[in-house]
Amino acid sequence: MKKVAVIGGGPAGMQAALSLVQMGLAPVIVECSSALGGKLKDWHQLFPSMTPAHEVLDELTGQIADAGVEVMLHTEVEGVTGQGVTLAGGRKLEADAVVVASGFDIFDARLKEEYGYHIYDNVFTTVDVERMLNKGAVALHDGSAPRRIAFVHCVGSRDEKVNQKHCSKVCCITGVKQAMEMRTLFPEAEIFNFYMDIRMFGPGYEEMYQSAQQDYGINFIRGRVSEASPTIDGRLQIKAEDTLVGRPMKMTVDMLVLLVGMKAGGSNAKFSAALPGGGITLSSSGFVAPVDLFAGNVSSGLEGVFYAGTVSAPKTIGESIDEGAMAALRVAEYLKGRK
Amino acid sequence: MSAIEWGYGINAPRTMDLDRNDIGPAREILAEMPEWGACIACGGCTATCTAGNLTSFNFRRVHTLVKRGEYAGAWAEMNKCMLCGKCRLVCPRGINTRGVVRLIKRKLGDY
Repeated sequence: MKKVAVIGGGPAGMQAALSLVQMGLAPVIVECSSALGGKLKDWHQLFPSMTPAHEVLDELTGQIADAGVEVMLHTEVEGVTGQGVTLAGGRKLEADAVVVASGFDIFDARLKEEYGYHIYDNVFTTVDVERMLNKGAVALHDGSAPRRIAFVHCVGSRDEKVNQKHCSKVCCITGVKQAMEMRTLFPEAEIFNFYMDIRMFGPGYEEMYQSAQQDYGINFIRGRVSEASPTIDGRLQIKAEDTLVGRPMKMTVDMLVLLVGMKAGGSNAKFSAALPGGGITLSSSGFVAPVDLFAGNVSSGLEGVFYAGTVSAPKTIGESIDEGAMAALRVAEYLKGRK
Repeated sequence: MSAIEWGYGINAPRTMDLDRNDIGPAREILAEMPEWGACIACGGCTATCTAGNLTSFNFRRVHTLVKRGEYAGAWAEMNKCMLCGKCRLVCPRGINTRGVVRLIKRKLGDY
C-alpha cells in the first residue's frame, strides 16, 4: 500500500488522512504537539452556528481512531520532499507523497506594544477569551465582571508595521461571535468593536453581524484604535477616530480584547529553505504559495507535495477540511499509475 | 483692568469623550427602534437625500453622532429633513430611516 506523510494533525491534516484511507492509501500523520486537533483544541464555540468546537474535534479524532490511521505525536518535521519528510534529528520518513497541513501561527500581540498586551492586566487576545470561555471563567484580572469591553479588529493583520499585510479573514466574524458571547455573559456591559472594514464573507456571517448590532446591542465603530493607556483607577483609556463622523474619540474600558491575526506557520520558511533550487514557494506573506488559486490550489508545483488548510492562507475550519479532502484526491490522482 | 485681547484663544476639544457623554437619550432611541443599531453607515440615505443635496444636512453623520451621545445641533439638523422617505427606500439594512429622524427629533427636542 502506498504511504503518504501528512504533516500536521489539525482539521486539514486529519481530513486529508481520512480521505486518503478512503482512497486505499496509507497516511501517517506527523504532529509536533502532544495531541491531534491543532488550534481547534483551544476553541470554545464555532461561528456562525455556535457549534461546540469539541463536537467537530471529537468527530474527526474519532474517525481517525476508527480508521486506525498511524499518528506520530511529538514529532517535528525539518524538511519536505516528494519522497518523504526529514524528521527532527535527521531521521527520514519515506513516503510516496506528502501533504503539508502544518497550519498557521497566532500573531504575537506583544508586537503591537501600543495595545499593552502583557503590559496591562486586562488586555486579552481572542485565544485567551476562548480559553476563558472553555473554563467558564470570563472575568477581569481581579475576578470582577467588565462593565465596558472593547474589541480591536486587525491586530497583526493588514498592518505593514508588523509585516503582516494580509487579511486574516476570520477575525472579523470571531470578533462578532465573541462580542455576542460577552453580551450573553454580561447583559449590562457596553461592548464596542473597533474595525477598519468588516469582512463578512461566509454563509450566515452578515446575518450574524446584523443580529449583533440589532439584537445584542454591540456598537461597531469604524476606526483603528491607536493606543491604550492606563488610567489612575487601573482601567484602560483607548483612542480612535470615529471615521464615520470624522472626529477623534476616547473612552475608558475595563477589558480590551485584541483580535489577533493568522500568521504564516513558522515551519514554512524551514521547509522552503531545506529545498535549494525551488520546490516550496512562499508568498510575500510567508504562507506557502500553491500553483494557482483555482484548480491547482492544493498543488505545490513540486512533484508529490500537496497542501491543505491554513498552511497556504488564513481559512475557516470548514475550508480547511475541504482542502484536506481535495489534497487527498490530488494525491490519489498523482499516485495512480505510478509503480 | 481687563485682560488684553490677543485675538486668539483655546479651541474646545474635538474629541468625543464617551466617559462624559450622556448616552441615555441614544439608548432610549435604540430601545424604541433597535433596527437603528443595524446601520452600517454606507451613506446611501445621504446620497439620495433631497435636503442633503441642497443644504449641509448629512443624515448619516448626524444620526451617528447622536449614537455617540453628541446631541448638540442634532435637533436643528434633523429639522432640515423634509420627511420624503427616499432614504428608507435606499437603506440596505431595511431601517425605517424616516422614523429615526422623527424619533431623534422627539427625544432630543428639548435637549
